[in-house]
Parts: sequence; C-alpha cells; structure tokens
Amino acid sequence: MSLEDQLRDLEQKSLKDIKETVDLSKLNEVRVNLLGKKGPITEVLRGMRELSKEERPKVGSFANEVRDNLTETIEKRRSELEQAHLERKLKRESIDVTLPGKPVAQGNPHVIQQIIDNIEDLFLGMGYQVVEGPEVETDRYNFEMMNLPKDHPARDMQDTFYITDEILMRSQTSPVQARTMEKHDFSKGPLKMISPGVVYRRDTDDATHSHQFHQIEGLVIDKHITMGDLKGTLETLAQELFGDRFEVRLRPSYFPFTEPSVEADVTCFNCMGEGCKVCKYTGWIEVLGAGMVHPNVLKMAGVDPEVYGGFAFGLGPDRFAMLRYGVDDIRNFYLNDVRFLSQFNKRG
Amino acid sequence: MKLSYEWLSEYLDLNIEPKDLAEKIERTAVEVDSVKRLDYKLKKIVVGHTLEVEMHPDSDHLHIVQVDVGEEEPIQIVCGAPNIAADQDVIVAMHGSRIKDNVKIKRSKMRGVPSNGMICALQEIGFDDAVVPKDYVDGIYVFPADSGVEPGDSVMEALGMDDDVIDTDITPNRGDMFSMNGNATEIGAILNEDVTFESIVPSDSDQSDQDSNEQISVKVSDPVFAPVYKMKVINNLTVEDSPFWLQKRLMKAGIRPINNLVDVTNYIMLKYGQPLHAFDYDQLPEKTITVDKAGENVKFTTLDGEERDLRADDLLIKSGDVPVALAGVMGGMDSEISDGTKTVALEAAIFDPILVRKTARYHVLHSEAATRFERGIDFSSIDNALDEAATMMAQLGNGQISQNTVVGNEVIPEEKQIKISLVRINKVLGTELSADEVGDIFDRLGFEYDLDEVNGNFNVVAPLRRWDISIEADLLEEIARIYGYDNLPSTLPVGPTTIGSLTDTQKIIRDSRTTLEGLGLNQAMSYGLTTIDKARHFIMADGETVKVDWPMTKDHEALRMSLISGLLDDIAYNEARSVDNIALYEQGRVFKKAGDNVQPTEIEHIAGAITGSLIDSSWINKDEKVDFYQMKGVVDQYLQNLNLNGAVQYRATDQYPEMHPGRTANIFIDDQYIGFVGQVHPETQKAYKISETYVFELNLSTLIAQPKVRQHYEMISKFPSISRDMALLVDEDVTNQNILDVINSSKQKFLVNINLFDVYNGSHLPSGKKSLGYQLTYQDSKATLQEEVVNQEFESLVEQLKTELGVTIR
Repeated sequence: MSLEDQLRDLEQKSLKDIKETVDLSKLNEVRVNLLGKKGPITEVLRGMRELSKEERPKVGSFANEVRDNLTETIEKRRSELEQAHLERKLKRESIDVTLPGKPVAQGNPHVIQQIIDNIEDLFLGMGYQVVEGPEVETDRYNFEMMNLPKDHPARDMQDTFYITDEILMRSQTSPVQARTMEKHDFSKGPLKMISPGVVYRRDTDDATHSHQFHQIEGLVIDKHITMGDLKGTLETLAQELFGDRFEVRLRPSYFPFTEPSVEADVTCFNCMGEGCKVCKYTGWIEVLGAGMVHPNVLKMAGVDPEVYGGFAFGLGPDRFAMLRYGVDDIRNFYLNDVRFLSQFNKRG
Repeated sequence: MKLSYEWLSEYLDLNIEPKDLAEKIERTAVEVDSVKRLDYKLKKIVVGHTLEVEMHPDSDHLHIVQVDVGEEEPIQIVCGAPNIAADQDVIVAMHGSRIKDNVKIKRSKMRGVPSNGMICALQEIGFDDAVVPKDYVDGIYVFPADSGVEPGDSVMEALGMDDDVIDTDITPNRGDMFSMNGNATEIGAILNEDVTFESIVPSDSDQSDQDSNEQISVKVSDPVFAPVYKMKVINNLTVEDSPFWLQKRLMKAGIRPINNLVDVTNYIMLKYGQPLHAFDYDQLPEKTITVDKAGENVKFTTLDGEERDLRADDLLIKSGDVPVALAGVMGGMDSEISDGTKTVALEAAIFDPILVRKTARYHVLHSEAATRFERGIDFSSIDNALDEAATMMAQLGNGQISQNTVVGNEVIPEEKQIKISLVRINKVLGTELSADEVGDIFDRLGFEYDLDEVNGNFNVVAPLRRWDISIEADLLEEIARIYGYDNLPSTLPVGPTTIGSLTDTQKIIRDSRTTLEGLGLNQAMSYGLTTIDKARHFIMADGETVKVDWPMTKDHEALRMSLISGLLDDIAYNEARSVDNIALYEQGRVFKKAGDNVQPTEIEHIAGAITGSLIDSSWINKDEKVDFYQMKGVVDQYLQNLNLNGAVQYRATDQYPEMHPGRTANIFIDDQYIGFVGQVHPETQKAYKISETYVFELNLSTLIAQPKVRQHYEMISKFPSISRDMALLVDEDVTNQNILDVINSSKQKFLVNINLFDVYNGSHLPSGKKSLGYQLTYQDSKATLQEEVVNQEFESLVEQLKTELGVTIR
C-alpha cells in the first residue's frame, strides 16, 4: 500500500471515529492520538524517507491536507459537542418564570403629597417660588391682614381653633400672602409664589369634614396683572391636574381678601359635563376660590395698590384628591391605612 | 333665599326657563343650591269635598268618608286623620296617584272597608313640616274658604306647587339678595330688563285719627345701636288666618303661616328684606320703648319659650324696664301677637350688624331677621316697608293705622361716590371695554354716574341698597360679573422673568421623602392635634405643650411635640384591621410653646416606624421581622444620602420613657444631637395597642443646618488592596463603637475600610464574652502595598486593642 493510500485509509477511518465521538474528553483523546507526535500521521510521514525526491513533496502536501482536514473536523465536532453540552445545561437550568419575583421594599408618597408636588412643579416651571408659613398664626396675619377685622361676619365662615386671643391654628394658607408681600422687594421684580400647607378648622370630623386639611395658596403681584391672567392661570392649573379636556368657569363669590372674588368650577370629571350625581347634575365641580387681591390687603402689607395689583387663589389638595380618585371619605387621608396609601403608587 | 319664580314674575317679564335663570344667577351673582318644583312627580292629586263622615265599624280612629272629587259619583275613602269632618275641602290622592317620594296610592280595603284613595296632609305631598300651618301639622290639610277651590281641581295648581323655587346661597356681601325687591333688581340687571316694583301705601280709610306719638314713645340710648328705629301703631285689629295667596307665598319661601298680623311682618321681610316686629301693644307694660344693652344678670324668655341668660352686651328692646325683644333677633313671649291681640306696635328698625351677629351667635338664634340685620339692610326702603306692612295689617285685620310714625332714631348714611376710569377698568380686567359698554352695565345695575367723555373717568353713585359697593375694586367686580366672566380673555402674566426653584431646604426635604420611600416606607400624614398625653410622648427636647383653647374633642387638644406618637396611632389603626406589616414615615412639624401670646416654635421633623416585616415574605424569602438593626440601616442610609460633613454616631440611651431602655440609641452628628432610633417600650406598645415596633425620629431642621461635604472626585486606586480578618474575643459590655474608636485612634496609614462581618455570643465561648469578626482592608492609592507594611500596621493595631480593651485574638 502506498503512503498515499495509507493516508487515505487513515483519513477515512479517523473521520468516522470523530463523527462517532459524543464526548468532549473522548474527542480530545482522539485528537491527541491522531495528531500527536506519536500519532499515525507522524508515523506515515516518517516513511517518506524511503520515497523519491520527486514524490516527497507530493506526498508531504497530501499528508498536510489530511492533517488539516482532520484538525478542522475535530474542531467542528468539538464545537458541535460544546453547543450540545451548553444546550443541555441551559435546559437543565430552566425555571418557572411565572413564579412571582422576590419582594423588595418600596414606599409611596402620600396621595396628597403627590398632588402638592404636582402643583408645585407646575408653578415652579412658571417662575413661582414655593413659600411656607407657620401653622400656628397670629390673629393679625390669619384674619386682620386678610381684611377680616374682628367681628367681620365672614369670620363665621371659618371656625377657628384659638390658642390665646391672639394666637390660633391657621384656618387658611392666606396669611402667607401678607407675610410674603411684606418681605418682597418689588424693585427686584414681581412676586409670584405658591404656598402649600396644613390648615385647621373647628369642625367635627366626618366623611366630608376634617379638622385638619391642606391648602395651596397662590399669589402674583406686579404692575400689570389682569383678571384675564388669573383666568388663564387657573385654566393652566386645571388642565395640568385633570387633563386638556377640562374647562374652567368662573362664578362670582365673596372673600374678604379679594375683590373681585370668584369661585372656579371645572368640568365634572365623572360625566365630562353631561350632568351626574357627583356634580349634582350641573356638569361642573367647584375646585377653588380666587380673585384680584383686595387693595386693603395690599395696603396693610405695605404695597401701594395704586401701582401694584395682582391675583390670589386658594385650593384644597384634599378635595382635589377626593375628586380625582373618587375618595368618598376625607378621613382616609389622615388615618394612614397602608391599604389606602399604597393604592396611589402609579407615577404620572 | 328661596325665590319663587311666580312671585318674581310679578316684577319682571321673565322669558327664560327657571333652570336657565338659575344658571345665570349662579354665573353672575350668587350660588344656587337647587331649583325645585314642589309638584315634582306628583300625579292625580285633586281637591275633594267631604260629604259624609262616619266612624269605621271596626276601628276607634278610622273614618269612612264620602268625597266629591268632581266626578259623577262621590268616592269612598277611609281616613285616619283626627281632624277629618264633613264639608271640608281636602287633598285627595286618587287611585293611581303619586304622592311624595313617588309613592303610589292604590285602591284598597281598610279593615274590610273599600278605600278609593287617600286624604292627605301637606307633608304627604312634599311640604316641609316647618312650613305647615300649626292647625294642620298633625292632620289633613283643609283648604280655607277664600281658596275658591272646587272638587276635582288640581291640588298642585291650587297650592301653587306648579312653581319653580330657586334656592340661592347668599355670600356675606350680598345682603341685598335677601329680598324679592333686591333679587328682582339684580335679575333685571342680569337679564337687562326693567323691573316693575310697586309699594302699597295706606289710603284714608286705613287710617284712624289717633296719633302714634301719643300712644307710644321710643328712645334709642346710643344711636350706634340702631341707626334707624321707627314704630307705627295699628288699632282695632282682628287676628285671623291670612288670605290663601299670602299663606301660599310664605310656605313656598319656607315660612310657616301663623296669622294675618305675623304673616304680614314675614311677607314684608321677604319682599323688602326689612325685618319687622309686631308687639301686642296692650301687653307692653309701659308705653315707653327703649333700645339699650341688657346689662348684667338679665333673664329673658324669647317667643320660642326658652328662658335665656343674657350677655350684658345683648341689645334689648325694653318696655319701661321690662325686656320685650332681643333686638333684631327674636321677640319676647309676653308681648307676642296672640289671637286676642287688638292693637299692634309695629317696629321697623335697623340694628347694628355686629351686635345682632354676636347675640345670634351666642344664643344660637340664627333667625331670618338676624340673618338680614347681619348682612345689612337697605336704608332706602325702610319707610316703604313700614307703610306697606301697616297698610296690609289694617286691611287684613280690619283695623286702622294711627297717624304719624314714631321715630326713635334716623341716621341715613349718604350714598357713596366712587371714581373709576375706563383705562383702569381695562387694565385690571384685561378687557377692551368701551365707555358705552361700561355705562350700559352701570345703567343695568341702576347705578347713577357721570362720565367725563374726554378722559373716560366715571363718577359712580352706589345706591344705598348696595351697601357693599364702596371702593373702585367693588365696581370692577360689578363690571366683570355683568360683562360675564366667560367673556374675559384667558392670558398668563407677562413681565420680568422670575426664577422658579426650590430652596435648598425644600430640596433636602423632597430628597428625604424620596430616600425613605426608596427604602420601603410609605409617607403618612397624621393629625397635628392630639391628646395632651400623646403630645408629650417621644419628645426630643424639653418644652411646654401648646393647647388649643376650646378643643372639639380630647383627641385633638394639644399640638404634637413628636411625630412618632401619630405614627403609632396609625399603626394601631392598621393592626386593628389586620394589616400586620406596616412601614411608615412622616415629615412634618412639631410644636413647642415659646411664651404667652407668642407663636410657638415650629420645628421640621422626620420620623419612621416599622412593625412586622419591611419586606413581605413569599415563596422565595422567609418572613423577616423588623429589628433594631434594620431600622438603624434605614436611618444610616438616609443620613448617608444627606452627605453630612460630620461623623454619625450612635450612643446607647435610656432617657426616653416610651423607648426600650436597652434598645435605643441617640444619634449625633459629631457632637450635635439630632434624634434617636430604637424599639418602642413594651409598656408603650401595650398602651398604643401595637405589636413590636421600631422607630426613629430626627430633627430635620438641625440636620439641614449641618455642614455638607463638598463633593469632589476621588481617584479609584489602580493598585491592589490587601485584607486582614480578625476575630476578637471581648467582654460582653465592650461595644462595636469602643473597638471602632480604638481602630480610628490608631495610626493606620493605609486602612481604607472596616467591615464587621460576624458577631457571635454562642455557648462555647467563655461566659461574659462575645466574639466580633472584622475585615480590615488596606490600600495605597499610589503604589502596590507591601505585605510587610500591612502586617506591621495590623500587628500594631492588634496590640493596641489588647492593651486598651483587653481583647483576645481567636
């Protein structure tokens, strides 16, 4: 048998062996046996010495071809086996992906906080400052500076927790208006602020009354503020909070610290203006009070009403939350039932 | 005020649906509570004439009544009313009719006797108990003779129930809308229509030749008490029921008809907004009337039968020295109009609103009269009101009015003149109104004005009935609302740019909330007012508690001085509802008295409380109950996020009576006390009815004021680090902090991290000992660290620990 025939036989046999190998370590054995220094190919090549000069390169190159072919086949087989091995491993590792994930801890902002943050962000974007005031106020700031002298009938509208004759739990966030106006340097530009906070009223707690709730006051004072600006601002607010489809209507009202005074209604979120039980079949829901700042309020805070003027508004985040989420009992906000709090975990 | 559409139509040509009118009123003047028709859903209710009435054979109270209902044959109805009798005109709900609340009436048998309908009381067809004439409150209603009803007539029409009543909710500034006169004027302005409002004046036949001034005299002791006080005397009167039309109007307005004299005072009050009071002249002990304050220790029985202890400042009408009325609020029992009244002293006055308000409030007597005096009376209509009332009394009671009016006081304020320019109007409203348009609005409102055409300046006269109009801003409101708020432009303020941004404090507070939420705590909002006891629980700094003067309940009497106590209430609420895993935090203020008559100190705090497990157990993780170290971990992470310059330290404390004395630590930033963390004392847990709970509370104001690290980039070392572990056997009372203090005080040049990886106090250690395992990491940022250097540092540290704390290396 010529060397070439031997090589050819070897190749055929080895290719068959390789194909039949199903184990990576066996395949390695095959490779070492076949291609190693003591392997049959090396053995065959040793016999080349006996060949003629002409035949040697021919057989040599054929031998290399065979070795390359075998090497390649082994590598290919190895890759196949590895792939199969991996697939088996992955298959073994399969799990039930429908089992629940591992719990993590995640708290939520209070629903009223979410509404306050929402409104703060809107007004920050329009160049307003967020200002805070004391929760325990003086009669002077809470009432007198707001154009509510002692014995003013509108004081009856708010039953107040007094601590002494002059000190009280603020019944509204409006006193922050006076405090901010007094401090503001109008030579540095207009005053634009909102003031969120807790207020207190002497009320018996029930589904619609709470002795503690929240308010957000808004105030803009400059030289050229119009009632149209108030209307536009309230529309922007309503649409930010409720959505673009909501309209605002203004109705005359009365607050001692604004003149003209208005109440603002928005389209009933429940029936979109068709009329339903929630809006008492009017299609509108009252959401806030507002008006042009009363000249007496400006004067008392040391602002010249001949030069400056502006608007103020006040709204109740508790009421907004009740309307927006259909909460039927205001006490829910202050009892902190975890099952209640964690319902409002959807951002945006 | 309840506005009858039918009554309004007397003064205005109303070509508008009641619902649409109500909407216009609401958009232009005052809020509307409701628009109601009294006959809503009523059906087949007719006038019946009772023919024969006989007792039911099997009942001691039922009657069998034959009723003519305008059909060919009378029908038989069994009736249980005590006041049923023959020859009455009554309300009959026929077979198939619908009465109040949509109740259907059907033919039936009552104790064996067929009944073909029901004879009704006014309440049964929808009238309020409070407006039903006294005679018919406990029985069926009987039409008066002057009603002119015939059997078969519709009851709804006969009683005027086919009318819409618009109920308005009047703001404190619109006292003028407490009268038909005022409403007609306002609605005239809204609809741009003329108002026909007529007053009745006495004719000669209504008058006697007596002189009121000779019959009675009046003195107002201080003109401020009653700017106007007038009286007329009406003689020879007969008290009887009012005419049917008058009774119907009163009932629709929510007022119970009493008799002709009292009804006239109420009717005139509704028509003019002027409350009147009729005294029984003969019951006045003396014929000299004084308006004066009550003074000390006066008792007075009002006509509701209640004896009241008066405040010294209550304003009284006195006859001689005897009180006969609480001025403007309620009359007295003794001089009340009765069936036998022959002569009336009729008072028309305007009392000081504040005095009336205080009296009404103190005695909780918010009468129709008091409400009107509080909101302000039209000075210009008082004479008309008095004249018309006297005339009606004379006519309805067949009496005569004495000549002249007794005037105790009469100070009529001047009409206010207000200047306003067109430029100003448009500048404030953002409109482009013309002088004509503005002038037209003033015309509609009935405000007289002069206009300087050249500069567009108006000089407006506010009529007395609109006492609320006194400054420019008031006119702006009138213009805006009549022009229509819908017609105002919608714009946003323009002007110099302002920067809207949160302050550093506000940012830190927002971040604090986000951090704690990220760590698994839900934001809670609890009540600021709590019990006096709870207000003082968990307090971080001494101070006096702030109490409200007149609390609604003991539960909300004092201002909280800590947040934890509120959170524990929340936990109790949850646990009572079988919610066992509760993790809450709250950010808010605590309060501390700062002195008498000064505002308390308000301090921002942040606090947390965890009961049960922070992380819910599931198939993959076991239930892991919260413990001290988990709560401390939350606090640690939060403080780390604050990027404080100072070192955070925890020192064991037993200073809080509400906290577990062995499981509580005060927290310091360097040496500044900022709060505490720990377990609630078992006794406190019991008192709050909660399970094992871990809490922390921090003074956020102090925390925010702490210096912060100025952040800069720190190079990450390229060189490898070397670790050394050590297990220290120490006495049980040696704390982690003791060991850290030693490590930190030793001169460890390359030590970059200390990690406590093990704490062991198991059984096979010598008693009174525990073992702590630390891993120390060494690194040089500039070079590869040599083993020998680390060994040297480590050895010297171990030596120091042995010397200072007597540790043994295990």
